[in-house]
Order: sequence, then structure tokens, then C-alpha cells
Amino acid sequence: MAKNQYTYAVARIRSMEVSLFSQAVIEQLLACKDEKQCIQLLQEKGWGNADTPSDAEAILTCEREKTWAEIGSMIDDMSVFDVLSYPDLFHNLKAAIKVVAAGKEIPGVFINGTQIGPEEMLDIVKNKEFEKLPDFMAEPAREAYETLLHTQDGQLCDIMIDRATLEAVYQAGKNAEDDIIREYAESTVAVADIKIAVRSQKTAKSLEFMKQAMAECDSLDVDALCKAALGGMDAIGEYLEGTVYKGGAQALRESASAFECWCDNQIIETIRPQLYNPFTIGPVVAYVLARENEIKTVRIILTGKQNELPEESIRERVREMYV
Amino acid sequence: MSIFENLGLVYALLGAALAVILAGMGSAYGVGIAGQAASGVVTEDPSKFAKVLIIQLLPGTQGIYGLLVAFITLSKIGLLGGSPADLDVRTGLLILIACLPVALVGLVSAKHQGRTAVAAIGIVAKKPEQFGKAMLFPAMVETYAILSLLISILAVTAIQV
Repeated sequence: MAKNQYTYAVARIRSMEVSLFSQAVIEQLLACKDEKQCIQLLQEKGWGNADTPSDAEAILTCEREKTWAEIGSMIDDMSVFDVLSYPDLFHNLKAAIKVVAAGKEIPGVFINGTQIGPEEMLDIVKNKEFEKLPDFMAEPAREAYETLLHTQDGQLCDIMIDRATLEAVYQAGKNAEDDIIREYAESTVAVADIKIAVRSQKTAKSLEFMKQAMAECDSLDVDALCKAALGGMDAIGEYLEGTVYKGGAQALRESASAFECWCDNQIIETIRPQLYNPFTIGPVVAYVLARENEIKTVRIILTGKQNELPEESIRERVREMYV
Repeated sequence: MSIFENLGLVYALLGAALAVILAGMGSAYGVGIAGQAASGVVTEDPSKFAKVLIIQLLPGTQGIYGLLVAFITLSKIGLLGGSPADLDVRTGLLILIACLPVALVGLVSAKHQGRTAVAAIGIVAKKPEQFGKAMLFPAMVETYAILSLLISILAVTAIQV
């Protein structure tokens, strides 16, 4: 049987891309005088449903759900998107371990809509039934749980799970048939490693800590990056200059928020060629990532407006748009 | 009447059949794949139905070209009139070869035209005002189907029966 070309889905995606926010719409949002006006503009653009309350979080959650509902209506086998849900899935694992270790309910720590729901995850951790988790999660979950119980070191537990997340994403990329998933995984892991190096440098973390936190990938030499981080921010920049992530060195020189922005823009750069691809799952995955980026950008603007940050300060944090 | 005694007629008929079968297969694939893309666009925006339908139909012409050559061939060998000509093997083979351009080029060009039509439908989905330009890309592929049609018609009609 011929490989699925996703012709129908890609054509639908092309039509849906028209409604993605362009830089011009982002400028309109930035120009709004407060959060209320932003929400009004979002509603005019069709964000939220008729029954969605005029609340930033409710609208953003509704948009996220809409995206997955639309994708679900055009793709039969949703397993191709599993890799995108790993960060949320591991986040819930982290939250469940901490809730169980703390021995009390902590409201709002779980993300809904994951492959294993919050309650199920909590039961698995409570009953130490880690074998019920997917293979790539079971062992890291057990180790992180036992480490937290024995050492009470929440940060160590976090980095163990975060590293497991990166390794799961990377492995899923390696096993994927589609280029977009491979490129997404490579880019995600490399950018996460760079972020770890930068943050470790700022907080004077040890070489051992960095090696524990970073995951291997093809486009970066983790050992060299760790050593550069020990040598200072300039050394990280120098190392990045010799890799495909040299834009990161420039962003580091500018400011911390410019660097955070560059990190997110890397994913958009990775998916941008899919705008011109009429076949394969690539444009569909790219659309989902573009929507996530769009929602994240709107969240940044709304948070900025809530906290009455100056427009320029919000603008610096605004991500690049896909269209 | 043994098949071997009428091998010339068999070859000529095979040529006509190939023209219809191969060019038709190509068109079916091309129109089919473009139809999938057209359905995707109409699902989101039904107002683009007419535009995407025109683009979807472009790869359908190869099947018509194959049919045309087959008609000319059948008419030439007298099968349409009910009195088949007495063809020798050499003439039959000549007719078979004359049918091949439209058959083979029809198959390949329709498949490629279908894929180009999908990409063109993508343009219409995002920029409907660029419909004219979008239609030109798959239309370019048509050139080669027309050239092969021309050669097949000239060759079939030039063969003395």
C-alpha cells in the first residue's frame, strides 16, 4: 500500500493556516491598552466559543482543545503526535510524584488531555505501579520517585524527569518515519540542552549537574557545551558560534528574554519549510506546533497586559509567527 | 477464426486498449488525489468549490486523449463499423506502437499533473485571488500530454491499412 500522503489533511491545514495570527494581528494585540481589550479582540477573531467565559485562561484552553479536535477529525492515526505530548505527560508524572511525596492535594498542577490522565497517573504513583506506564517512562518514574523519597531533593527529581522527557522525545524522533518529527526532536533536545547550559552557568551549577540534566543529540556535543558553560557565558556563545545554533550566541549577547525568544523561534524555523510542502504529515504537525506557539505568544501578551508591563517589554518576549 | 491468423488485428486492438487503460489509469490517479485536496479545502471553506473543482479536473484530460486515440484506431481498423480490416502483423504492430505515446505519456503526465494540482489547490486555499496563476502550474504538464496525443493521432492516421 502506498505511503499515506495526507493530501486531504494538508489541504484542510492550508485553509486553516489563513486564520493563524500573523505578525500584524500580534501588533494589534500589543497595541491594546489592557487585557480586557485584548480578550475582546481575540473574541472578534473567533477565539473561544459562545459559552467560553471572557477569561484569558478559559479562552486559551478552549483554543488548544479546538486545535486537537480539528486534527482528530482529519487524521486517523494520532500516534504520530505522541511525541508532542511527551512534555505534558512527563509534567504530570512530575506533579504526581510531588503530590504523593507531599501527601496532600495541590490544585492546578496537572495538565488535562494527556494520554494518561491526571487521576490515573496519581494512582500509578501512589500504588507504585510504574509498570503500567509506557516503557520509556516506567524506569525514570521509579528512579525519580525513589530519589525524591530518599533525598527529599525536589530539584534532583525534576532534572531526572526532564532528562527522561528529552530522551523520550529524542528516541521518538529517531524512530519516526517523518522528517518533521526527527527535526522537531533534534531541535527540541538541542535547544533544551542550550537552555540548561545557560541557566547552569547563571546559577553556578557543577559539571556533574549539567551532565545529569542534558540529553545527547546529534547537533551538539554535550561535553563541549558543559565545559563551555563552566567557562562562562562568553564561552557558551563561542561554542554555539561553531554549531548550527549560532543565532543563540547573538541572542545571548542581547538579553535573557531575547535568548528565551530565540529558543522558541528555533522550533518555528524548523517547521517553516512545511509551508511549501503539499504532502506528508509535516504540514499537519507544523500547524499544531504553530498553534501552540500562537497560544503561547497570546499568553505572554495577556500576562504582560495583566501586569501592566510596557509595550516594548512585552514586544521583546513575543515569539516569531509561523505565517 | 484463430487469434494467430488475426495477430495484426490483435496488436492494433492492444494499442487502442493500452491508450485507454494507461491514460485512464493516470487520469484516475490524478483526479483522485486532486479530489482529496479539493475536499480538504471545501471542508473548511465551501465558497472555494468552483475554483478547486476546475483544478481537480485538469488531470482528467489524459483519459480523454487516450479515448480519442482509441476511437481513431478502432475506426481505422474497421472495428467500429463492424467489418474488421484484414491486418498483417507488421501493420498491427505499427498501430500498437503509434498508440504508445499517448498511453505512456498519458499515464505519467496525469500522475504528475495530479500532484501539481494538489499543490495548486494549496495556493487557492490560502490565496484564492491567485487562482489564475495557480492553474497555470498543472496546466504546464498538459503540454506533454498534448504533444503525445498529437504524435499518436498523426502516426495512427498515417499508417496504411
